[in-house]
Parts: sequence; C-alpha cells; structure tokens
Amino acid sequence: MEGYLHSVETCGTVDGPGIRYVVFMQGCPLRCQYCHNPDTWAPHTGKPTTVEELMADIVKYRSYMKASGGGVTVSGGEPLLQPKFVAALFEACHKAGIHTALDTSGHCPLSLAAPVLQHTDLVLLDFKAFRPETFRKVTGTGIDQTVEMAKYLNEHKIPMWIRVVQVPGLTDDAAELGEMAEFLAGFSNIERVEISPFHKMGEYKWQALDLPYTLTDTPPATRGEVERTKELFRRAGHFVP
Amino acid sequence: MQTQWEGFSAGNWTEEIDLRDFIQRNYAPYEGGDDFLAGPTERTTALWGKVRALMDEETRKGILDAETKTPSGMLSHPAGYVDEQLEQVVGLQTDRPLKRGIMPYGGLRVVKKALEAHGYTLDAATMDIFLHYRKTHNDGVFDAYSDAMRKARHTGIITGLPDAYGRGRIIGDYRRVALYGTDALVEEKKQQLKKLDLPSYSSDVILHREEVSEEIRALGRLAEMAKLYGLDITQPAANAKEAFQWVYFGFLAATKEQDGAAMSLGRVSTFLDIYIERDLQNGTLTEQQAQELMDHFVMKLRMIRFLRTPDYDQLFSGDPTWVTEAIGGVGEDGRPLVTKSSYRVLHTLYNLGPAPEPNLTVLWSERLPRSFKEFCAKVSIDTSSIQYENDDLMRPYWGDDYAIACCVSAMRVGKQMQFFGARANLAKALLYAINGGRDEKTGEQIAPEFAPVTSEYLDYDEVSRKFDQMLDWLANLYVNTLNVIHYMHDKYNFETLQMSLHDETILRTQACGIAGLSVVADSLSAIRYAKVKVLRDETGLAVDYEIEGEYPAFGNNDDRVDRIASDVVTTFMNKIRKQHTYRGAMPTLSVLTITSNVVYGKKTGSTPDGRKAGEPFAPGANPMHGRDTKGAIASLASVAKLPYGDSQDGISYTFSIIPRALGRTQPERVNNLVGLMDGYFADSGHHININVFDKETLLDAMDHPEQYPQLTIRVSGYAVNFIKLTREQQLDVIHRTFHEKF
Repeated sequence: MEGYLHSVETCGTVDGPGIRYVVFMQGCPLRCQYCHNPDTWAPHTGKPTTVEELMADIVKYRSYMKASGGGVTVSGGEPLLQPKFVAALFEACHKAGIHTALDTSGHCPLSLAAPVLQHTDLVLLDFKAFRPETFRKVTGTGIDQTVEMAKYLNEHKIPMWIRVVQVPGLTDDAAELGEMAEFLAGFSNIERVEISPFHKMGEYKWQALDLPYTLTDTPPATRGEVERTKELFRRAGHFVP
Repeated sequence: MQTQWEGFSAGNWTEEIDLRDFIQRNYAPYEGGDDFLAGPTERTTALWGKVRALMDEETRKGILDAETKTPSGMLSHPAGYVDEQLEQVVGLQTDRPLKRGIMPYGGLRVVKKALEAHGYTLDAATMDIFLHYRKTHNDGVFDAYSDAMRKARHTGIITGLPDAYGRGRIIGDYRRVALYGTDALVEEKKQQLKKLDLPSYSSDVILHREEVSEEIRALGRLAEMAKLYGLDITQPAANAKEAFQWVYFGFLAATKEQDGAAMSLGRVSTFLDIYIERDLQNGTLTEQQAQELMDHFVMKLRMIRFLRTPDYDQLFSGDPTWVTEAIGGVGEDGRPLVTKSSYRVLHTLYNLGPAPEPNLTVLWSERLPRSFKEFCAKVSIDTSSIQYENDDLMRPYWGDDYAIACCVSAMRVGKQMQFFGARANLAKALLYAINGGRDEKTGEQIAPEFAPVTSEYLDYDEVSRKFDQMLDWLANLYVNTLNVIHYMHDKYNFETLQMSLHDETILRTQACGIAGLSVVADSLSAIRYAKVKVLRDETGLAVDYEIEGEYPAFGNNDDRVDRIASDVVTTFMNKIRKQHTYRGAMPTLSVLTITSNVVYGKKTGSTPDGRKAGEPFAPGANPMHGRDTKGAIASLASVAKLPYGDSQDGISYTFSIIPRALGRTQPERVNNLVGLMDGYFADSGHHININVFDKETLLDAMDHPEQYPQLTIRVSGYAVNFIKLTREQQLDVIHRTFHEKF
C-alpha cells in the first residue's frame, strides 16, 4: 500500500496530545482562502511511500511518544483523499500500540472514511465556518460532509477536537460563531475547541505557485478578538485552551 | 564527633575525607513541588540592585576596572565588598567588585594585550619580573613546541589550545572546606606527604611531593584569606550560613589563583541542603533566610570575572566563566539526589532573573521525581538558562558524586582532574586528506606529504582511506602537543589550591576534542551517496566542490549517514588511545565547540558537503543548520546515536525552540519538554541545551542563523524552520508573533 506524502515532522506538539510524528499527506479537495499549505493541494504528487516504510521510521520515535503521551497524527492536505493508505497506517500504529490522530476537514464520504475511523483515537476536525454560504466562500465546497462526519464521530464515541481559524472579515462573525458553538454543544465527544488566529505565513507559497491570494490586505486577528471568540465557545460549555 | 557535626549521621566521612558518604547518610530527598519556595528578601533586592548597576556600568565600559600591577592570588588584595551591611556571603576576587585581576603565570603577553585592549597599561616592574625573572607557562610551551605543532596551531587544524592561558576544567572539592575546615585538610595533606617518602625518588615522586607541599601552603593561604574578612575557616562550618561562606571561600580562592577557561563549582546544592535542613529543624533558619543565602551565593558566582583579550571574547562570545553547578541526578542506591536546594538554586533565576552564570546543569534521570522534571521544564521555558545531561548514562562511568567541568565533561569531584585539550578540526583534516596534507587556504604543506586525490570526482573508498591516514598523523601530533602544554602547565602554573581539594591519588583524563563532526559526516555521505566533483586551482589544490544529486544528511535519523558520524568518533578516539599521554592520563574525547564553531568555520575552506569556505560549522554535535528536514526529534535522535563510550568527555547538542512550538498551553509545553528530554535521554543522548526563545532572540537569530539551527514555528498543522524563511518572512513572523496579533 503506497501513499503520496508531502513531508513528515517528528516534533509535532500542537496537533494532538504530547509529542507527535506528523505525516502531511499530499492532495486536498478544498481551496481554503487562508490555506497556508497550497503546495499540498495537488493529488498524486509528492513522494510515494509504503506503510511499511513509514512505520519503520515511526517506531524510531516511540520513546518520545511514550514519555510525552504522544503518537502519530496524519494531516495534510486532506488525509481522507487517501483513505486506504491512512486506514492501513493507523491499523499498523494500533498494532504497535501507538495513539492515532486524524487532522481532517471531514470532506469525505463516510463510507470511505469509516475504515480509517475504526483505527482513529482522536479526530482534529476543522470547522472552517458554520453557515453553508460562508463555508462555501471560504473553502469552495459544501459543509454537509463535515457535519455528517461530526455526527458520525459522536455516535461512535470517537473523541474530537474542533478547530476554528479566525479570519477577520471572513470567519469571525460573532452571530455565526455563536450558532456554531451552540450546535457543537450538543456533541458529547468534543474534548476541546481550538481557536487559531489567521496568519499569512503561507502567502509566499501562493506566490511561488502563481496562485491568486485574496487575503493580502486582511489583518491578522488580534489577541483580543481571538479571546472574545474563545469566551463565546466557553460560554457554550466548551473547553477552550 | 566535632561539635559542628552535631545532628549529622556519622560514617566513614567522620574517619576520613569522604564527601559522598556524608551526603548519602545525611541528605533529605525531596519529591514535592515548588510551592515552598520564597521570593527575594528586601536585602536581596537591594544588593542585587547594586550589583546590577555595576554590571550595567561594566557593559557600557567594556570592563569596570582592572588591576595593573599585583598578580592575582589569594592574598593579593585586601577584603572587598559590594555592601558589607547587605551581603550574607562575602568575598571578592580583588578589592573592588568586578575589578579584574591579572594572572601572568599562564602567559605575560596575553595579560599585556588584554590590559591594553581595555585602555590599561601593565606596570613596568611587573612586566620586568615576568620577562626576566619568572618564566610563564606560555614561555615553557613554546620552548618545547616542534615546528609541526606550531604549524598545526597556526592553520587551525588544532585550535583553542590552552597554551597561553589557564587550562581550567579542574573542579576543587570546595565542599571539603565547609565539612572539615582547613586545619583537617592540611593535616590530611601532611599525612600524604609522609606516605610519599618512598624508597625510590623518581621524577614522578619528586613532582608529587613538591605539589603536595605547595598544596599545604595553599590551604594556609586560604585560611589567611578568610581572616581578611574576619572569618575563621580552619574549623568546620557550624551552620548553613557558614557552610555557604566556607564553600564560597574555597571557590573564590580558586578564581583568585587561576583564570582557567572554565571554573566549575561542582555539585554543592544538595550538600548545602543538609546544613539548611539541620538549621530549619533547629529553628535557627527560615525558608526566606535559606533562599536568601542561596541568592547571595549565586550573586557572587555571577560576579566572577577574568581579564580576557578581544580574540578570546570573539571565540567564546561574551564573558563566560563556566561556573558550572551540577543539580539533581540519582544515587547508586536509586534515591534521587534532588533536595529542596535543587529547587532553591534554580529559583535564583526568578529571584535574580535569568543569567548565563552560574552554568546550571541538571543531571537528568528517568527516575527524577516527576514534579522536579516539570519544575525544570518550566524554568527552561521561562528562562532558557538550564542545560541537561544524562545521569543514567554517566552514573555507570562516574558514580553518583561527579560534577560537570565546563559544559559537558563529567568528573568525580575531588577524585579526578583533566588535561583540557580543546579540539582538532576534523573538517580540515578531511580537506588535508584530499589535498595530500596541504592547507586548502594557503597551499602550505602542513601534514606530511601524502599523495593527493587527483580524480575529477571523489571516490568514497579512496577518500576514506586517505582520511584515516590523515587522522593517524593528526592524533599523534595533537596528543603530543597536549603533552607539552600540560607538562608546562603543571610546571609553571600549577593549580595548587584546586588540587589541595583533591585526593592524593587522582584519575587524570587527557580531554581531547573534535570540531566539525557534522561537516565531515555529511561530506563523506555526499561522496558516497551523491557525486562530488572537485574544483582545483592552478596549483592543483582542491578549493571547492560541486555536488550532483542528493545525499542523506546528519540530523534526519538516517542510519546511512548517522553511522558515518559515529564511526568517525570511534575511529578518532581509537587513534587517540594509541598515543602516549603525559602522566599516564586516560584519553577521552568531546564533541563540543562551545561557540567557536563560527571561528573554526572561518578558518576552513569549502567542504564536500556543499558548505562554502568560511561558513560556520554547526555547534558541537549539532547537525548542519538547514539540512535536518524532518523536525527536531529526528535531529535529536541522530545526535543520541553518537557513542558516549568513545566520547566520554561529552557530546554537546544545542536545541532552540519557541514557546508556541512546544504546545498551546503552559502545562502542555511543560509536558512536551519533559517528554522530549525523557525520550532523548532514554535513547542515550548525552547533553542538551534547551533554548525557548521569544522576540528578542528571533531578532538575534536573523543575524546569527548558525546559532539557531532548529528554531521552529508551528501553527496548527504547519511548521516553519525560522532560518529557512527569507528576511522579509522572518520580519513578518516577528511582527505577527509578537505584536499581540496572534
């Protein structure tokens, strides 16, 4: 089983608990305006790697994972574009006693995602927006699959961290964020909600790929703005670090 | 039992000098948290304010003041104070705070140059004495150096040699002064001298007898020095305050006699804790007072100064003294050696603010109490002021009462000393192998004339074979050079006071070192796994290289190249082992450059790994910056593979990270940093400097990227290696990260 990888990071500390081996998969169906990794969009490029090769590397880091309560996170791109590979990788991780986390937009039919989720200990689910029209504006696609994914995870009691990127003028409407917080309050599998401020660190990649970047004039979210959003989610009963 | 020892458990230490036995029988392991710690007292804040003002003035002026006439010694200057009313621990190196003494026994020229660089002139009579009547270490060395040694020193294939200044790296067991008092120590030395009345007076015996006699006089001067401050240290310390003072006097005396590059303190905090605990239980000391003693002691350690030349400062950047204190660790019986004073000494970084000195070194073990591990991680995150070394790795070699000389060199306290050997530049040696012994910068024939490589592309087997021959030559020349240096250092600049605080029979190590390990490993990897084309000048000298294809670089946890790096260490160590060493010293090796990796780089031409002439090496055992592409842990894993058994003088690794890249919240950062160290040390990594930087350091990193090879910025699912960004991007990151905008 081969997968297309963008890169790996052996010292992941913000994509799940503990120190994590993060696998960035190549290919993404979304076209988020604020994407900081547009170089991961194109599918079937990058380095083809087998599960066995990847596992041989992953197990070298077990002492760090064990000591910190970490594990493996698969991110991207959108990892669920290569569901068979990720399912096989997570199964191998579980056989080796390694915790697995999936960093996904949820943009994938459940029938394809289910075999992956069977071996997933934690899902980091991106909620790019809540109102369908905003979601489409941000990502170029619909929200339905993300919502279905959240419901499926709840039904199957798979722990979930919700991730929201706050982009001034795009995803920071207080009313919409409030609706999202209320909606998510009905889920019992959500362990935390992470609010990240928009940043422009990926802008140079858009330029390198000759892609039109629409947020050049958008300011980063201030600490105060982010704190207000965090409060909004906390009031709805969420744990927000 | 002496009255000063009341309340202590007796043992072998009451019969003979045995500090370890005293500690093991009397210390109180502490497994709790940091909630007991006390803030600075008013006296501490007032005194530190005065010291800070002096330090600020010093920063403005370069140095605050310097002696120009009287060579420094224990009795060279009258008592000096910062503020006699406030100081709980007294004693200065000269008569004024931060005034630098002169130590011409190492070499006169260095003293003269250093004074002149700061606008002072060496007294004519003093100069006359050391020019015409009193030979120095430096004079002796150059009398005995061969032409080959001079050449190797000149081109920088052997570099940083202690041939014109104090060798340092010797740790007196300053605790002995407090536990026994100087009278008992003198008595012990007198007994040694009697035992040394042997049937046959070989030169070794004569030398040893002379040294012990000098040590006896040094202990006398030490007591005299204390008397200048109105204190009698001929008897044991009777309480915590005296214990701090007696230990400090021992250390102070060493720094008045020697300006060694590294003047480590040893392992005193858990020893001092025993006195604090006794006083706390007697009700004669409060926690506030205990912390005050620690704060004042540390303040004094921060004030240690030596007169250095501008070259030296360029090499070591700043004004380092390496007053290294080893903290924590685990005893051979499995009990952690962590006490409340392990916390108190680290807490000085809050009470007095962060500082490079003393060089606080935590001896890490899997079995350290979790709460202490978390406290250390928190202090690292807050201050970037701690380094860590692997106690589980070193304990089998050095027991449980060793300390760290300089940065990474373990030695049993009072039972061991080292002949500091700086380092050989292995990257240059590789270039000599390719060029048949000619220097790549000057074209001069430095090593014996070997056949150079003449092919257009480098062949791995040929280069490896020639490199091996070159290392044979280098190891021999290097160790012989060190033999000259240490013979002369013993003869003209012997560390009488420091050695008086050692046992009679000591283990000496010949501490060799290497620089440029990752350059060599990557070069050999490039030759083996890619194609390396040689560019030669008109005289046939290989001056540059072109790489075709890719090669695995050290720092990515890739065995193909990591094994090359380990093999280079083992090979060179084995060649060192074959050499004759002065006084039968046991050869060891370090992979350590301190901050001189930049200067070594300047002196070295282009290398086959793609590094251009003059570009810095990576520090210590670090991978070359920008070549580790799999993140920090992969880099740690590569370094952890280097064999400590063949590098017993230490393997230094410098790790830099920004707070946000350690996790989102403080508890997560602490957990991840603890996990990072537990993982690294479980994989038998030896040493790690932990830097957790913020804005100011990022700005500095823009100007000195080689010092920040792994400065990482992660933002949900994405990581940036800071130094790989363009200048504009770096500015962007700094702007965004630090202006309340995240």
